[in-house]
Amino acid sequence: MMDRIAAFGRVGIETIASFGRASQFLAGVVGGVPKPSVGFPLLIRQLYAVGVLSLAIVVVSGLFIGMVLGLQGYTILSDFGSEAAIGQMIALTLVRELAPVVTALLFAGRAGSALTAEIGLMKATEQLSSMEMMGVDPLRRVIAPRLWAGFLAMPVLAMIFSVVGVIGGMLVGVEWLGVFEGSYWGNMQASVDFVDDVVNGIIKSVVFGFVCAWIAVYQGYDCVPTSAGISSATTKTVVYSSLAVLGLDFVLTAVMFGNF
Amino acid sequence: MGQRTTEIIVGLFMLAGLAALLFLALQVSGLSPQSSGDRYTLYANFNDTGGLAPRGKVSMAGVTIGTIESITLDKETFQARVAMSIQQDVDNIPSDSAAVIRTSGILGEQYIDISIGGDLESLKAGDAFYSTQSAMNLERMISNFASGR
Repeated sequence: MMDRIAAFGRVGIETIASFGRASQFLAGVVGGVPKPSVGFPLLIRQLYAVGVLSLAIVVVSGLFIGMVLGLQGYTILSDFGSEAAIGQMIALTLVRELAPVVTALLFAGRAGSALTAEIGLMKATEQLSSMEMMGVDPLRRVIAPRLWAGFLAMPVLAMIFSVVGVIGGMLVGVEWLGVFEGSYWGNMQASVDFVDDVVNGIIKSVVFGFVCAWIAVYQGYDCVPTSAGISSATTKTVVYSSLAVLGLDFVLTAVMFGNF
Repeated sequence: MGQRTTEIIVGLFMLAGLAALLFLALQVSGLSPQSSGDRYTLYANFNDTGGLAPRGKVSMAGVTIGTIESITLDKETFQARVAMSIQQDVDNIPSDSAAVIRTSGILGEQYIDISIGGDLESLKAGDAFYSTQSAMNLERMISNFASGR
């Protein structure tokens, strides 16, 4: 019995300690920005790996989510004879909620897990410690570009997701189901506000990008350097990122659109 | 892959992001440079604003000429005071015009329609509408009808 209580306490203390390590780690990374001449090419390479290579999955999911929204929205709205409001429904759903959240979830699965596995393997094969031996700070050389790349790529991906989704919704709503194109765009433009909706959506995706990239690189850096350790760190990255994104989304939505 | 190719592809990626932002601004939210042009404010007092909300539209003959800025309670008259920002080029609204709250469609949002009067004087910035008509409240109408008032 005492052992169980002790184990429970140990888990709690370990969780708090890991939060502490993660914050220390973040301070080290953000504080240690490499020189632009060295850091910029590294950042570009990571932007390619994290952003450009995630583009395909983001575009395809965005297109299909927009098309499904168009189809579902049309079925429900046509019951009330207001299928012209489909444009406003699709745009608000995408810009405010779905684009930041779904992109962040895809990002965690596609790019976050890859970051964790890569850094974890570097740790397991002692590349990180040999860098330290050579006097190169792995936080600056390896971690910082990956964190910044995630931070920069996420809002770009989310915006592309919104645009592709709106176009997908138009394909189904206007081209297939025959909603008048003028009312599709007109209703959308009348109800979507640039600052309240679009900018708030971008702020959301910036926050999610930061959190996902932070969790991914930290889990890789902090993993147990064995194959089992890397696999559990990769799992943790996806699980923690998804939970953090969904939880933060509620908080951000309450602050931005809660009207209180 | 060479560094140069990577740079170009990442550059294209960032440009795609910028293009997406432009699309969201211009096509989705309808932000146009001209719509944020010069405006002036008019006021109207209503007994009941119903579901009217800020950012709602103000129209005349079905054409949108402005937006609702704010809805506040006038503590002296217990009426709602609605501030509307009207486009500067619509500067000849007759001063005996009426502000009427209407609903677009049967489930649509409520907006203010300005029904034009015949006065030669026109409303200036900061003026209030003399005659207004509150939101139609279906429940109240039915209860009035049922109780015979």
